[in-house]
Amino acid sequence: MEPLTWTGSLSGLNFIFIIVAGLLVLSVLASILVSLVPSSDARAVGADGSLATDKGAAGFINMLTGYLFYAFIAVVLAYLVGRVIMGTSAGIFGGMSRQFLPVWIALIVTFALSITYKRRLGLYGKLFDSTVGMIGFAIVMFWVFTGIMGGVMDLLITHDSLSQVSGMKNKLPGTPLSGAEDGDFGWFLLGGDNLARDVFSRLIKGSWVVVQIAPMATLFAFMVGITLGLPAGYYGGRLDTVLSFLANLILAFPVILLFYLLVTPEIVLTGIPNYMAVFLFIFPIIFVAILLNSRFYTQPSLRTPLLIVVLGVLGWLYLSLISSNGAIVDTGTYRIPGLPAVLDGFDIDGGILVVFVSVVFVNSPTVFRIVRGLALDIKTRDYVAAAQTRGEGPWYIMLWEILPNARGPLIVDFCLRIGYTTILLGTLGFFGLGLESESPDWGSTINAGRRLLSLYPHAAIAPALALLSLVLGLNLLADGLREESLRD
Amino acid sequence: MGIFILRRLGVMLLTALCLTFIVFWLTNLYPNLEKLAKTQGNFRMSDEAVSSYLGDRGYLQPMPVKFGQWLGVMPGWVTEKDDGKVFGRCFVEGTPEQERPTFCGIIQGDWGFSTVFKDDVGATVMTRLALTGKLMLCVLLLMVPSALIVGVLAGMREGSKLDRSLSTFSIATTATPEYVSGVIFIAVLASSKFGISPVLAEWGWIDSKTLFLGSATSAMADANFWNFFLPVLTISLYGMGYIARMTRASMAEVMTAQYIRTARLKGVKFSDIVLKHALRNALIAPFTVIMLQIPWLLNGVVIVETLFNYKGFGWLLVQAASNNDIELLLAVSVVSVVVVLVTQLISDIGYVYLNPRIRIS
Repeated sequence: MEPLTWTGSLSGLNFIFIIVAGLLVLSVLASILVSLVPSSDARAVGADGSLATDKGAAGFINMLTGYLFYAFIAVVLAYLVGRVIMGTSAGIFGGMSRQFLPVWIALIVTFALSITYKRRLGLYGKLFDSTVGMIGFAIVMFWVFTGIMGGVMDLLITHDSLSQVSGMKNKLPGTPLSGAEDGDFGWFLLGGDNLARDVFSRLIKGSWVVVQIAPMATLFAFMVGITLGLPAGYYGGRLDTVLSFLANLILAFPVILLFYLLVTPEIVLTGIPNYMAVFLFIFPIIFVAILLNSRFYTQPSLRTPLLIVVLGVLGWLYLSLISSNGAIVDTGTYRIPGLPAVLDGFDIDGGILVVFVSVVFVNSPTVFRIVRGLALDIKTRDYVAAAQTRGEGPWYIMLWEILPNARGPLIVDFCLRIGYTTILLGTLGFFGLGLESESPDWGSTINAGRRLLSLYPHAAIAPALALLSLVLGLNLLADGLREESLRD
Repeated sequence: MGIFILRRLGVMLLTALCLTFIVFWLTNLYPNLEKLAKTQGNFRMSDEAVSSYLGDRGYLQPMPVKFGQWLGVMPGWVTEKDDGKVFGRCFVEGTPEQERPTFCGIIQGDWGFSTVFKDDVGATVMTRLALTGKLMLCVLLLMVPSALIVGVLAGMREGSKLDRSLSTFSIATTATPEYVSGVIFIAVLASSKFGISPVLAEWGWIDSKTLFLGSATSAMADANFWNFFLPVLTISLYGMGYIARMTRASMAEVMTAQYIRTARLKGVKFSDIVLKHALRNALIAPFTVIMLQIPWLLNGVVIVETLFNYKGFGWLLVQAASNNDIELLLAVSVVSVVVVLVTQLISDIGYVYLNPRIRIS
């Protein structure tokens, strides 16, 4: 089989694409330059006394930019449709677009449904009023769908992400598979890495690691930060001093030093990450318990069964999470028994648990500071005074009066923080900490690829661009959310 | 003001003490010590050999005692072997009895001995710190002016095309961690087979094979644009976006102030409004942000020095941490914690001086 080129038989479109993209960039630059020169609109008074304004050169260039933008979108869509239809005959991009077909369908369905019902969907629906937010959301959802479909359902990948194929070491993108049999996908779409594995499939498998860990770790960090930050801001005083000192202590640590200290095999042996997991993962349970209790404690008949069911489920999840092989901490010298293996719902891989715990640990002080600041600001509002006058308990005020009113900044920060957590995970992988070296996550892949960077850059460039696009998407999404939440 | 600074210094000292104790505790856990003994002695040591090695070198004393010895507030350990050899923390074997100091810790200026580099920790850290200082200086010289220019240009007309483009640019740079941008820069600008270097070399525009050098090792002795620009650019880009966004927000706020409107109504030229009236007040907030950004640069330094093989302070941190070189690691963490705390202090004091609305009694 022939090696694939990047665009294959769709290369006719390349010329149009370059021209449209070039003109678009030029017109954006021109409109920026024109906007620097202040110009007054030419006004003409009509015979009937009406005023007509001429938009002038700036308006004309803006109009041109708008049309060029639509033309650009049209060319990109033409590329995409052509590639999905033609598959690998449209080159490497064609092959990739065809592989991603389930993701495209899922994205189109999500957007169609969301835009149709956007007026009924609250803040989420308002996101679809802002172009920036929509672009960000599309990129993020692209990787979420890729992670779920490729990582869990094995839909998108072309080859096994761990198997090595002889003769494919460091091969360039689009190289035909050597010794391909019937039923095998015929090419390594993004080439082979230094262990002769398919870069494209590893990229997709790696997205699952990120999509799985980053939002969950951020959520846990928020639980810790909220549960400690609200009382620190609301009560103030000595509690605030002590907690703020501890938060500043962790924040003064260089992140990488902390990772090196926490995520080494020797430290894992001592069981410290397990103790930290026991401590950090209890916060969601405390949070939910206080949340429900403070709301429903006046109706014991509802509160008691509700708490029993919710805490039972959460407690089981908690114990399953922290115990593996029937023990919470199992070092060579002693062990603390946990949930018996029969009842243990799932086991988290040791490496992933350590990474998860340290990422939560690093993120929670920042969340604590944000929540504390918001609580300090909001506790002076009239509705808080009203609730105090009504005789509501302090936890009710914190969780049901202050927290809902702080949701705007917190949601925006949540998106940004997922991006930051993704960067942290990449950093861990880049230094070869935590996850095992054959793990397909993007940081480890960049680390493996960087040694041969100037000779075979494709193995490191592909995950680098993937990580860049995901974090960029999250940042754009946060920007869109901020704009829309400021509007109301 | 004096009391404020004194109180802050007290808290700083307490923080530094707590943090070094945490590092001390984590590095002195038994599995770490065992690894240290095996890398220093040999890998097939028996458990007894390991514990006698560690016991002789004072590693098995209680944690607070060891920490006190490291600080220099407790007398250093002395081991007398069965065959009459005497050695201790503060002196090597064969030192006459009257020349043996009792205390040696960081208070006495003795930072210990690095087990990886076989050298004095203080000297090692100083040489590496000087190299990183050079890198940081270049980064600050590139990052701060460009971030401020981008932020001021974006913030002077909020919502304009220029603002939109520059804001997108700042978002893109904050979304690009150093290990991503570094990898992309090396592949595009510093590879002799890919990117733009082969094209430029073919056209005869550059003399060397590549536009920039992908490794900064030669920059340690002799830094020039060719071998030093890529690492500097990589660190600067990531930090730039954040400062630019803060500058933009502060500039946009100032531009809506009453006195700016008055100046416009008086007919002052727009460039004069921006440069003479708005800029001074708009730069108060970015000052704090820049100071607080310096500790974050430290992270970037570690990544970039590893990626570009520049053997500075970040590289030292990686070496010390991955080999569990306890005393070197402690010195490295003391330095980085002091950097963090001092920049925080400077940013607070500077904010008070720059902003006349804030007074601390």
